[in-house]
Amino acid sequence: MFSIHQGSTLLARAVALSFAAALPTAALAGEIRVMCYQDGVECDVTTEQAKRFEAANPGTKVIVDVVPYKTIVEQLPVQLAAGQGPDIARVTDLGGLAKYYLDISGQVKDRGYWDANFGATQPWLRPSVTDKGIYGFMSQLTMTGPYVNKTLFEQAKVALPGPKATWEDWVDATRKVASATQLPAAMAWDRSGHRFAGPAISYGAKLFDAKGDLVIDSGYKTAISKFVGWHKDGTMLKEVWGGSGGSTYADSVGEFTNGRVAMVLSGSWQLNRLQKDVGTKFDWVAVPNPCGPAACSGIPGGAAWVALKTSKSPKEVGAFMDFIASEASYSEFTARTNNIPAHQGLAKKGLQYPAASAPVRAALGVFGSGVASLATEAFMFQGYKFNRAIMLPTVTRVTQAIVGESSVDDAVAKLNTDMLDALKQAQK
Amino acid sequence: MTPTTQSEGNFATQLLSRVAGFGFNLFEPLFRFAQKKLGVPNLGWLFVGPNLLVFGLFTFLPILINFVYALTGGIQLMPQNRPFTGTENFQILLECKNYFDIASCRKDIFWRSIVNTIKFSGIQVVLMILFSLITALVLNRKIIGRGFWRGVYFYPVLLSPVVVALIWKWLLQSQGVLNAGLLAAGSTPINWLTDAGWAFFWTIFVSIWAHMGFYTLILLAGLQAIPKDMYEAANMDAASPWRTLTRITLPLLMPNLIVVLVLAMIRAVQIFDEVFVLTGGGPGSATTFIVQFIYQTGFAEQIHLYGLAAAASLILATGLVCLTLIQLKLTKADEAGRTVK
Repeated sequence: MFSIHQGSTLLARAVALSFAAALPTAALAGEIRVMCYQDGVECDVTTEQAKRFEAANPGTKVIVDVVPYKTIVEQLPVQLAAGQGPDIARVTDLGGLAKYYLDISGQVKDRGYWDANFGATQPWLRPSVTDKGIYGFMSQLTMTGPYVNKTLFEQAKVALPGPKATWEDWVDATRKVASATQLPAAMAWDRSGHRFAGPAISYGAKLFDAKGDLVIDSGYKTAISKFVGWHKDGTMLKEVWGGSGGSTYADSVGEFTNGRVAMVLSGSWQLNRLQKDVGTKFDWVAVPNPCGPAACSGIPGGAAWVALKTSKSPKEVGAFMDFIASEASYSEFTARTNNIPAHQGLAKKGLQYPAASAPVRAALGVFGSGVASLATEAFMFQGYKFNRAIMLPTVTRVTQAIVGESSVDDAVAKLNTDMLDALKQAQK
Repeated sequence: MTPTTQSEGNFATQLLSRVAGFGFNLFEPLFRFAQKKLGVPNLGWLFVGPNLLVFGLFTFLPILINFVYALTGGIQLMPQNRPFTGTENFQILLECKNYFDIASCRKDIFWRSIVNTIKFSGIQVVLMILFSLITALVLNRKIIGRGFWRGVYFYPVLLSPVVVALIWKWLLQSQGVLNAGLLAAGSTPINWLTDAGWAFFWTIFVSIWAHMGFYTLILLAGLQAIPKDMYEAANMDAASPWRTLTRITLPLLMPNLIVVLVLAMIRAVQIFDEVFVLTGGGPGSATTFIVQFIYQTGFAEQIHLYGLAAAASLILATGLVCLTLIQLKLTKADEAGRTVK
């Protein structure tokens, strides 16, 4: 008999499939569909590599579907929950989607190679701490960090603060630059809870309590208070955070390339964009993450190529993942996309970036060496499955405090409630 | 029309009817079979069946699923994986320490979005009807280039809401055309979209600009249906223009005005796309409306709270049902009033 339970399953599948219908879904046997988003030329390089893979593996076809980042963030999870999806995807919600990943440890040729070169970041992709499966690999490491308009500093005759400078030092310096060069504001940060977490850790946020649960502590509150204060006194450009509602992401690099601020807090994935958009308009540099009383930290991150359980061709998926994770392919991908390698062997050897301009090469050096100064909390936070329970409400609530809808105390209290509500729902 | 063109026209009509007749005849055996099997009284179901199927699949089914989600919790998509939580989602949304202080509510942004929606609907609908009426009255007069002006006012209706919002965003952003004009005039730029008051003003302005043409058209049709002899009689009685407007035009335009009122109200409550692109609901939650809250809670946040979003959408649906009932009541009252007269 057709039960209510079966009925509801069928109904939900119908809805989920309607979401999924518009997106690339699992391919036929022998065919691999790869869902890819790109900040620069990541998918273009992968498409070229896929052609070479096809030539070396007759009978296997690889289709790289280039989609906007929003599709990866908003639609892929719904598609996967409905049992639909591509064979491989490039994702950034590493732990959040872990339950959909396919273990390809039985399909890869040399597990030792994977453990030796991706061992440090493999736990980010595993559904539990005890799991030993191979689900994919980080296509690149990223790190949050600031960019500075060097030309404006020179015009204002203000010296760049040194490598151990604090956020206050940078605020003072950029305000002088803004005043001398008549900028609308001194600084801007990407409208993102991920970006905010770096300075928060520097101001003493631990983010986790003794039991390992997420917590909004006094360090986090101090960071919010500082950040809101910098908006109120005109240091920060109001448009980036104050210009939107909800937790919508807004980057600050556009304001930087337009020369409207002297400094932005963004991340290493913007290097290609800066190279392309700024060109020779002005000199820019990446600088180490400014310090707070507790640390000088940014947040690590990155995107990962992951195999998905929806695949009908696990063998071919394993082979293709082996191919793009190989040292030769990985090296080519990293060099052409100007990224920081997550491949430990390549990181040790060092990489040449022939397509990179001098500022990009210098910035890659700054980000690469900055990995050593990342706080322990930053790695824990990045690997935590529900880190978005704090990142997204942070954007909403801090913005409310910035525009005067609430006080900092109220914003922190609301942020705490939102975080606990989201975690409670996520753990049901 | 010359005799030649008339006969050509007749030929074309005949040809068309023959082709159509041939097409219908192809289905005749099928209909005869269906009539035999179903009987004449039930034949209607065959004709409305395809439409009912589409309506059921894409309207009724989502409504049913929405109830399932509203009564379950967690972040899973598939209903069988979602624990039954009863009215918990509604309780979370409606929980407030003090209902006169939104900040004391657990989901204060939900309440802010409701207040914003009510404020927006109230102001926008009144202004929309007022401007549409004035425009329709002007366009109903014999003015120079009347056809052109009618086109001008209707043109924004043809644009996609996203296009409308992008155009205005470019005009209003801090380095936009409007601020460039202010700078050129020696004034200081204004934060049109980052100041809560201005942002709210522009959401109303842009939505009126975009949709006014549609409502103007409805009112214009109503104005043209008013018999001319009414105005001639008023003219002979030396009635003032104001008296003519209030005693002839507005009473006879009332059915159209009610349609415009209800359509504008429903559309205002559902406002989303233009505002989402124009202000993103900001600054803060100054222009966050109920549909945006539902979208963000269910889909934009990476911890998808489908249950909470479904509960909020049911609350919105309740509001829309109330509006529709008011419309029915008003329509009936209007019809009854006209019958009595």
